[in-house]
Amino acid sequence: MEWYLRGVIKLNNIGKSYVTGSQKLEVLKGLSCNIKKGEMVAIMGSSGSGKSTLLNILGLLDSFDSGDYLLSGESMSGLNERAAAKYRSKLLGFVFQSFNLIGFKTALENVALPLYYQSIPRKKRNVIAMDYLKKVGLEDWASHLPNQMSGGQKQRVAIARALVAQPKVILADEPTGALDSVTSSDVMTLLREINADGITMIIVTHEHDIAALCDRTIHLVDGLIDLS
Amino acid sequence: MKKESKINLFDLDRVLEILQVFLTNPFRTFLSGLGVGWGLFMIVVTVGASNGLENGVTSEMGGRVKNSMFLWSRMTSMPYKGFKRGRRFEFNNSDTEFLRENATSIKLVAPRNQLGGHRGSNNVTRGTKSGAFNVYGDVPGYIEIDPVKILSGRYLNQGDIDNERKIAVIGKRVLELLYDKEIEPIGSSIQIQGVIFSVVGVYSTYKTGEDAEEDNQSIFIPYTTFGKSFHTNNEVGWYSLLMDENVHADTSAAEVMSLLKQRKSVHPDDKRAMGSWSMASEFEEVESLFAAFRLISFIFGGLALLAGAIGIMNIMLITVRERTKELGIRRAMGATPLTVMRQIMSETIFLTTLSGLMGVSFGVASLEGVNHLLESMGGSGGSFRNPEVSLYTVLIALGVMLVMGVIAGILPAVRAIAIRPVEAIRTE
Repeated sequence: MEWYLRGVIKLNNIGKSYVTGSQKLEVLKGLSCNIKKGEMVAIMGSSGSGKSTLLNILGLLDSFDSGDYLLSGESMSGLNERAAAKYRSKLLGFVFQSFNLIGFKTALENVALPLYYQSIPRKKRNVIAMDYLKKVGLEDWASHLPNQMSGGQKQRVAIARALVAQPKVILADEPTGALDSVTSSDVMTLLREINADGITMIIVTHEHDIAALCDRTIHLVDGLIDLS
Repeated sequence: MKKESKINLFDLDRVLEILQVFLTNPFRTFLSGLGVGWGLFMIVVTVGASNGLENGVTSEMGGRVKNSMFLWSRMTSMPYKGFKRGRRFEFNNSDTEFLRENATSIKLVAPRNQLGGHRGSNNVTRGTKSGAFNVYGDVPGYIEIDPVKILSGRYLNQGDIDNERKIAVIGKRVLELLYDKEIEPIGSSIQIQGVIFSVVGVYSTYKTGEDAEEDNQSIFIPYTTFGKSFHTNNEVGWYSLLMDENVHADTSAAEVMSLLKQRKSVHPDDKRAMGSWSMASEFEEVESLFAAFRLISFIFGGLALLAGAIGIMNIMLITVRERTKELGIRRAMGATPLTVMRQIMSETIFLTTLSGLMGVSFGVASLEGVNHLLESMGGSGGSFRNPEVSLYTVLIALGVMLVMGVIAGILPAVRAIAIRPVEAIRTE
């Protein structure tokens, strides 16, 4: 019972299907799991297994059809976009495979963006963002645009951006998918350090050595967790 | 989270945010703003130009009183009461008294006579100098109908009329031609066709252009003196009348005409026996012409503005599509649909306003430039002077443009919030 209370994420029988034309595609078929506070979990599965959909649901970027999702003790069922935006900004940080930095904004501005949406004043926002850039070792690159940086640097900026609003959970979608092996291991080291500070980390990946660096791995097969 | 509602409309952060977006594609921003800018430019320039034309025409009229009318006798064109057609008739002083007593729509009757005239021979001399000027016999009230500015001395008065004084009020140009500089004209004398008059006043006209030149070369002498000196006796050259402002010019003209026709035994339907000209109908014509000008410039300027606004909407729609990913990222970073909507709306309105203001500025600058050019050419551009737009006109145009900006922003903003974050950040 104690682990249940400590669970920062609890999924109970989540179902999700997409309708394309006349066909109904069931992507998640009643998926349940718990992720504890401070855990670093890898989600693995072949393409089409529903891992990206799961991550989108966890990140409140997509809705689910049935079941219940408790995030930090609150139900995420039937959220409207406004409420979802509020929870995203308060509780969640995102790291994407393709970095998803805004091209016309400098590294510092990109990192400060979540704070902008929390209406934190410019000066304060830039000071905080600079702190996080320091944390990922990119303080000298603050005024550079994303296309002036390498893939690894871009991902570190994205990680700083995910951290800046002090989320409880970081969701990473193939964070090393676009990086070479050396950079990949740097990024993973960074993510581990962040996790060590107590932030729950969920990483979707298809690479076994990446998954091996996590506390545990959830295998998805056809929209369900493979317990074998 | 409570803080969000506190963001005011003119948040510096949001302005910077908007500028940053615009500067990522400055050329396109410029092009899309061009339409609206052009629309407002057109409105300002065309309204300014028609105002300039109006100012020019009005100043040529020189503040001549709007309710004035001129009336003269011609030749009858219809037989009546035993008279054959083709009869010449003249007005005389008893007709003047008759009009003063009977015409209810007339405020002031000024009978006039004229000597000399356009390109006449030299008729006025002073010592060795001479010139050809218009000499008018007038009553003091005439200055109310066709105002002049008294530079020194005085205008005609009732005493001059009653006592048939041989005095003259001369135009500025007359002074220049007949007098050496530094000679005091008041109290000096001039000869008009051999008759000596003493100068009591100098005036200049309020008009501009050709009319002004003619006016400044004129001499006013008392009406009664004129009759005595130049043997017109009882005859009236023509009437200048000041009409009641509350009666329409056409109505009062008809009243005066029918009274005079009856008195002079002219057929009531004879339209050619008397000539008349009224300032009011002239003004009405001019005014309605300019009202039409203004309306046309507003309609076409407005259409240009509309086209501009549609252009902006179009560009914003394209921009929103292109920025799907960016907007998705913003959503993932905590932007609410309202925030995104506000951003797109602000961008549209900002762009519309900015380009509109540029259009207005360029328009006003162009008008000022033309103004400057006209002034450097001697202050008189013929029938064109002081092209200008009122602040009121500009504010209306800006208001219309702002409304269009809001309308242009709605569709793109709705499109933008329809973007779901998950679609936006999906890896291609």
